[in-house]
Amino acid sequence: MFNTTDAYSAPPLWKNGPVPGAFYNFPGSNVDKQHIAQHSQAPVTTATSVIAFTFNSGVIIAGDLLASYGSLARFRDCPRIMKVNDNIIFGAGGDYGDFQYVKDLIQQKIIDEECLDDGFKLKPKSLYCWLTRVMYNRRSRFDPFWNTFVVGGLQEGVPFLGTVDKLGTAYEDKAICTGYGAHLALPLIRDALEKNPLLSEGEAVGLLKKCMEVLYYRDARSFPKYQVGIITKDGIKIEGPVDVNQNWQLAHMIN
Amino acid sequence: MSSIGTGYDLSASQFSPDGRVFQVEYAVKALDNSGTVIALKGKEGVVFAVEKLVTSKLYEPGANRRIFTIDRHVGMAVCGLIADARQIVDIARREAANYRSQYGVPIPLKYLNDRVSMYMHAYTLYSAVRPYGCSVILSGYDITDGPAMFLIDPSGVSYGYHGCAVGKAKQAAKTEIEKLKLTDMPTQDLVKEAAKIIYLVHDELKDKNFELELSWVSKETNGDHQRVPDNVFVEAEKSAKQAMDAESDSEPEEV
Amino acid sequence: MDYVNDWMNAAESTGTSIMAAEFADGVIIGADSRTTTGAYIANRVTDKLTKVTDHIYCCRSGSAADTQAIADVVSYHLNFHAMELGEQPLVETGAAVFRELCYNYRDSLMAGILVAGWDRKKGGQVYSIPIGGMCVRQAVSIGGSGSSYVYGYVDANYKTGMSKEECVNFVINTLSLAMARDGSSGGVVRIGVITSEGVERRVVLGTELPKFYEG
Repeated sequence: MFNTTDAYSAPPLWKNGPVPGAFYNFPGSNVDKQHIAQHSQAPVTTATSVIAFTFNSGVIIAGDLLASYGSLARFRDCPRIMKVNDNIIFGAGGDYGDFQYVKDLIQQKIIDEECLDDGFKLKPKSLYCWLTRVMYNRRSRFDPFWNTFVVGGLQEGVPFLGTVDKLGTAYEDKAICTGYGAHLALPLIRDALEKNPLLSEGEAVGLLKKCMEVLYYRDARSFPKYQVGIITKDGIKIEGPVDVNQNWQLAHMIN
Repeated sequence: MSSIGTGYDLSASQFSPDGRVFQVEYAVKALDNSGTVIALKGKEGVVFAVEKLVTSKLYEPGANRRIFTIDRHVGMAVCGLIADARQIVDIARREAANYRSQYGVPIPLKYLNDRVSMYMHAYTLYSAVRPYGCSVILSGYDITDGPAMFLIDPSGVSYGYHGCAVGKAKQAAKTEIEKLKLTDMPTQDLVKEAAKIIYLVHDELKDKNFELELSWVSKETNGDHQRVPDNVFVEAEKSAKQAMDAESDSEPEEV
Repeated sequence: MDYVNDWMNAAESTGTSIMAAEFADGVIIGADSRTTTGAYIANRVTDKLTKVTDHIYCCRSGSAADTQAIADVVSYHLNFHAMELGEQPLVETGAAVFRELCYNYRDSLMAGILVAGWDRKKGGQVYSIPIGGMCVRQAVSIGGSGSSYVYGYVDANYKTGMSKEECVNFVINTLSLAMARDGSSGGVVRIGVITSEGVERRVVLGTELPKFYEG
C-alpha cells in the first residue's frame, strides 16, 4: 500500500506506513514511479519547408540550407536534400539531429544493398513505405522522429512523390510541400499544374525558384541559399547552393 | 604431414606433442582444392583475380561468386570452402557497418583486418568448433594512405602483401607475381597481369572450365571496390588469352 | 524563487562563452572561466577546455555535471580506440562519439559541445554538437549563453586561413566581447592552440583582456 523502502532510505514511520521523504500512494493505486519515463522531446535545431513536385519527366525537390536554433539562424550550411541511389531523391524538414540519424540508417541500407551486388536497387515506393513504418513505430513509442520526409523518384519510369510526417501520416501527390511551404508554395504549384499538368524541366525549375522566393519573403525561418535536386531518367543532380532571386523594389512604393 | 595424427588431430583445442594444432593444418589443406585467387597491389590500387572453377555445365554463369564487397571501400576475395567464407564475409560486413555507425567514418582496412583475423583465430581455440576452411584477402584504398591488402589464413594469422596468391596453383602464381614490378604499376596494368596469371596457372587437364572474376579498388574508382567494367574485363581476358597462345607456340622449342 | 538566494537550488552550470576556430595550421579553442550556480560564481577560474585525446579537445557548455561525464566517457572510449587503431583517432571520429551520446540521451542531457582538434587526414577541424544532438563541421563555431551576443562580430571578422597569432587575437576579442555582455560569462580567457605538434595552452587574465566601448 505504501512505498517500500530500500536499504539506504529511512524506514517507514510505522509498519506499512508512509516513508519520510518518499511519495505517498493512495490505497489501490499501484503507480510505479520507476516506469514513468519522459518521452517525446521537442525539436531543437530545425530546418524549415521542403518543396517538391513532379513534372513531365521527373521530380524536383528543394530545401534551404538553414538549421535554426529557435529563431537564431545558427547553422547556415546544412544540406537536407539527399541522393539515396540512382532511383531515389530524399528531402527532410524538422529536427536536424533526427534527420542525420535517419540519413545514416538509409545510407547503411544502401551500402548493404550495394554489397549484395545482385543488380536490384531500392525503389522510391519501397523506401517511402519503409519510412512510414519507421515513423509510425517511433510515434507509437511516444518518441517520434521530429521530421517531415519527402521521397521522390522514378518508379518504373513514372515520377513518384510521397511524404511521411512524424506521426506516420503518409500520402502521395503530384505536389508536396511541408511546413510554411504547404501554406505559401503549394497553392502556387497547384495553380501552375492545373494550367499545365505536364511541365517541362525548365518550367519546373522556374516555378520552384518562384516558390523559394515567396517563402524567403514570408517564412521567418527561411534562408536565401538553397539546394535543388532533380531526378529524371538521365539520373540525379543536386545543385546548390542556389541564391534566392530577391526583389525589394516594392519598398519604394511605400511612403 | 603424416597421415597419423595419432589422436592429436581430433580437436582444435589440443596440441600435438611436437607443438602443432592439426585441425588448423587440415583447414589449410581445404584451400588446396579451391580455384586460385590472386591479389596485386600497385601504385594506387588493388586488383583481385579469381579462377572460379565450374564443376558442372548445368550451373548458371555468375553463380557462387568468390569476390565480395564488404563496405563501399573494401573488397574481399575468398578461397576454400565457399560456405565458410560467406560467414566471414558476413562478419566483416557487420564489423564495417558497426564501425560506420559508431565512429561516423568508413572502417580503416587495418582495423577491419585485425577484427576479422581475431574472429577467425577464435575458431582455432576450442574443442566445440572447427577452424574456418578458407582464406580471405581484404583490399582497400584510402586517399591519404593509398592502397592496402591483407591475407588472412585459417589460423587467424594475417600479413600485408604487395602481391599474394592462394588456392590450387598458388606456387605457380606466386612465381609469376614475383616477376612483376608491382609498386609502381598502374591499376589498368594490374588487371591485365592478374588475368594473365590466372589463365597461365589454370590446369586445363584437371579442371576443364573456369570463370574469371576480376575486381578492383583504386584511386580511379574513388576508393570504391567494384567488379571491373565489362570493357576492361573483355580487354584483360583477351590479352590473357593472347599471352597464352604466344606461350603455347613457344613451348615446343623449350622442350 | 528568491532572486538573491537562487544558488540554493540551482544546478551547477557553465553559463558560458566558448569558441573554436580553424586557422592555417590547426585550430584555436577558447573559453571564459566562470562557473555559476544561479547568480553565484562557484568557480572563477574554471577550465572549460577539456582534453579528450592528445590532439582532440572539447569546449563544454551547459550542465557542468553532464558535460564532464560525457567528456570522461568519450575520452576513455577514444583513448581505447587509439590503442586498437595504433594511431591517433580522427577528429571526425571524436565528434561522432560525442554525437552518439548527446543524441541518444538528448532528453536527459543539457550539453552543448564544441569538438576541436587536429588529425593527419583533414588537419584542423571544428565540430559543433548543440543540444538536440546534431553534428556539423564549421570553420568557426561559438557556443554557450555568451555566444548569442557575438554572432555578428564573428561573422564580420572571421577569415579562413588566418595565421596563428591573428586567429588567437580574434578568439580573445570575441570572447572578451561576449564576457562583457553576458552575466554568466567572465573571469579569464583560456586558449588552446591545437596543431600537428600537439596543444599549447595560454591564459589571458581578466585585467589583460582587450577593452572595447563600455558606454
